Amino acid sequence: MQDLSLHILDIAENSINANATEVRIKISEDTGKNLLRIEISDNGRGMDEETLKEVYDPFFTTKCKRTGLGIPLLAQSARECNGDLTIKTGPGKGTSISAAFQYDHIDRKPLGDICETMIVLIASNPDVDFIYEHSRDDDSYALNTADIKKELEGVPITSPGIIKIIKDDISEWLLNKDDMIK
Amino acid sequence: MARLTIEDLKKIKEKQKSTFSLREGGYRAKITVHMGTCGIAAGAREIMSALLDEIALAKVEDVITTTSGCAGLCAREPMATVEILNRPPVKYGDLTADKMKEIFREHILGGNPVEKYALAVGSETTY
Repeated sequence: MQDLSLHILDIAENSINANATEVRIKISEDTGKNLLRIEISDNGRGMDEETLKEVYDPFFTTKCKRTGLGIPLLAQSARECNGDLTIKTGPGKGTSISAAFQYDHIDRKPLGDICETMIVLIASNPDVDFIYEHSRDDDSYALNTADIKKELEGVPITSPGIIKIIKDDISEWLLNKDDMIK
Repeated sequence: MARLTIEDLKKIKEKQKSTFSLREGGYRAKITVHMGTCGIAAGAREIMSALLDEIALAKVEDVITTTSGCAGLCAREPMATVEILNRPPVKYGDLTADKMKEIFREHILGGNPVEKYALAVGSETTY
């Protein structure tokens, strides 16, 4: 994976395949603590202890065709820059995956195009509620597609006009965030 | 939400409602982009983005996109399956954004599968 936004997409796809109806993606950039944390939580079917033991092994998968590389690849990316990956899960309790990275580590992958990842998830899964929270030090952004869907009163969130307005909203915040860094 | 206001959403809802109500409720075409780890690593997200751009550009409301896991042909990723109402599904492989745009115009809008990019049609016949 070239960047972390692709890892996020991959893990969120796992959540959707685990029948999640709500997926929360939280990105915290804390330059003071030199820490980047990515958390992906869902209300899907969760994993039992046996599955959890094997989930770090490459090529372990619960799906007959898939490769099972998603979590091991993210764990490797975190470990490569003094970070770690933790999983909280239980049958019927959903799954929460948290990856921590040393923010300024030379080997830390860039965040990449988070906006594109969110738009692909929202446009392809209209029945799933996505909560996207992103903070950089004291500045923060939050988007909840459940709130948007309530306001749309039956008009699909996947309508091109609505997707565009969501995309513009996320992009604007990400651009402002990057301007702050400069 | 930081900048997207309720007023923005109300405006867009009214605008979209006029188009949406013209449809009979069903969708004419469904495109599934295979979004397993292998697909994502090979560029599936860019394929989906290209598709969403084309849908917006063509202003079509009767085409839906979705994702699925690995289709079992990792070496041929990125892959997508196009299903048009009352037609057999066509599976495309080794996609790029440009190929996906061409497939959208030729197959989804024009109704003609793009055989040069197709891996399989239906469940058994192959190109």
